[in-house]
Amino acid sequence: MLQEIVISGFGGQGVLSMGKILAYSGMMEEKEVSWFPAYGPEQRGGTANVTVIISDEAISSPVVNQFDIAIVLNQPSLEKFESRVKPGGALIYDGYGIHKKVERTDINVFKVNAMDESMKMDNTRVFNMIILGGLLKISPMVELENVMKGLKESLPERHHKLLPMNEAAILRGMELVEQEQQAV
Amino acid sequence: MSEEIVLMKGNEAIAHAAIRYGVDGYFGYPITPQSEIIETLMEVAPWKTTGMVVLQAESEVAAINMVYGGAACGKYAMTSSSSPGISLKQEGISYMAGAELPALIVNVQRGGPGLGTIQPSQADYFQTVKGGGHGDYKLITLAPNSVQEMADFVGLAFELAFKYRNPAMILTDGVIGQMMEKVKLPAWQQRRSEQEIREQCPWATLGKTADRKPNIITSLELDSAAMEKNNERFQAKYRVVEATEVRYEEIKCDDADYLLVAFGSAARICQKTIDLARKEGIKVGLVRPITLWPFPTEVLYAYGGRVKGMLTVELNAGQMVEDVRLAVNGQIPVAHYGRLGGIVPTPEGVLAALKEKVVH
Repeated sequence: MLQEIVISGFGGQGVLSMGKILAYSGMMEEKEVSWFPAYGPEQRGGTANVTVIISDEAISSPVVNQFDIAIVLNQPSLEKFESRVKPGGALIYDGYGIHKKVERTDINVFKVNAMDESMKMDNTRVFNMIILGGLLKISPMVELENVMKGLKESLPERHHKLLPMNEAAILRGMELVEQEQQAV
Repeated sequence: MSEEIVLMKGNEAIAHAAIRYGVDGYFGYPITPQSEIIETLMEVAPWKTTGMVVLQAESEVAAINMVYGGAACGKYAMTSSSSPGISLKQEGISYMAGAELPALIVNVQRGGPGLGTIQPSQADYFQTVKGGGHGDYKLITLAPNSVQEMADFVGLAFELAFKYRNPAMILTDGVIGQMMEKVKLPAWQQRRSEQEIREQCPWATLGKTADRKPNIITSLELDSAAMEKNNERFQAKYRVVEATEVRYEEIKCDDADYLLVAFGSAARICQKTIDLARKEGIKVGLVRPITLWPFPTEVLYAYGGRVKGMLTVELNAGQMVEDVRLAVNGQIPVAHYGRLGGIVPTPEGVLAALKEKVVH
């Protein structure tokens, strides 16, 4: 198993922390993991992105150009990463942030209406966990149990009371996935 | 899973490894992309446990001179910075080489010249292995390619530095510093007692005892004849380091027709290129210098007689390629591929360059 994933959006959307939780989850499942952020000034206001790799074998390059899955949470991210999804791979987007259609027909496209849902839940801070739920539904690369362990590991103890809320958001995200397009 | 395995950034691994190794003092000044080193040290607060001093100096120049002072007392002293800050430290590094002081300097490189960018680069290769400061000196240089090696090389750097009484550098970059990977941190080691330091470092200025003359730590020697002797002693020491301490890794070289040569983050990218190339039937291997000085000259010379061509891959405009060409000594063509100014090459980009420049 080798999953090369990019998560990209505005700074503040929880892109880096979602990647971190995913990496921790992979580690809890005794997989090899790497997490490489674009740590540049784009973190502040522009697009932030992080590459997460989860693999059964040692990871060669933490920097890759082509992804199995791209999670794009705003329009600039779609423009940057649509062309870099491997044929047959998946692109996941949040309906709120994307206003142009995905043009490629050789990839699977999924919509997770995480922003709308997080507003319904009256808690926009779980936005990224809803997206994570969607990802895990589309590609169950790690067990939910290990995701929860990973979440616990990546959160400081004072935030552990927020774990049930995050789990609920992940589960909600799993229900929300809509497949918009199948690779032809 | 062992409890010792944790997920962290390369920069954080350096900080934790330093505390566990029993480092006596860290002196630094923040700069991206390595500020997590001093941030982690401040957060862990080792002065409360091991007694390690962590100090944010008023400048990079102050920090390197604090390291000089600590090292003169035989302490495990270190500093870290990124490219522009490392330039500021060059005077201190040259002085330490001249005074034969062991210390660790970490350079998490970013793109230059000048203030440049905060993104990863390997453009300080020349600065590190060809001088940097003034005078005929050499800096023991280790180039980690993983978060694990970031942790492991802290101890190795101090071992080598104290073995040869010479400053040592960990030369890494924003990729390895900022990325998170699994790491097994080194075992805890007690900080050395003053008695142990006196035994390990009879040259250290820890206060004169009745049975010896005063120890003097200086790089100054106004008598040219004596200064030439000092230089000859340094050079003799450098030849020993070159004969004994070369470290490198060979990946898929056994049946290789072509070789990639790369260090640090570039070597990781090249590993993926090897897989892509072999899928297309191009037999390529990788030699990864782990010590940049001393450089694996002999092994590269030997490969020069076996493979058809080499490509060095660097996050710079072509620096290590000069040392590879010197090593290969004209036996085969040696080309270079690099991206500049903070752009990181992709495995596919390296493959395209390999095909264009080397594979015929």
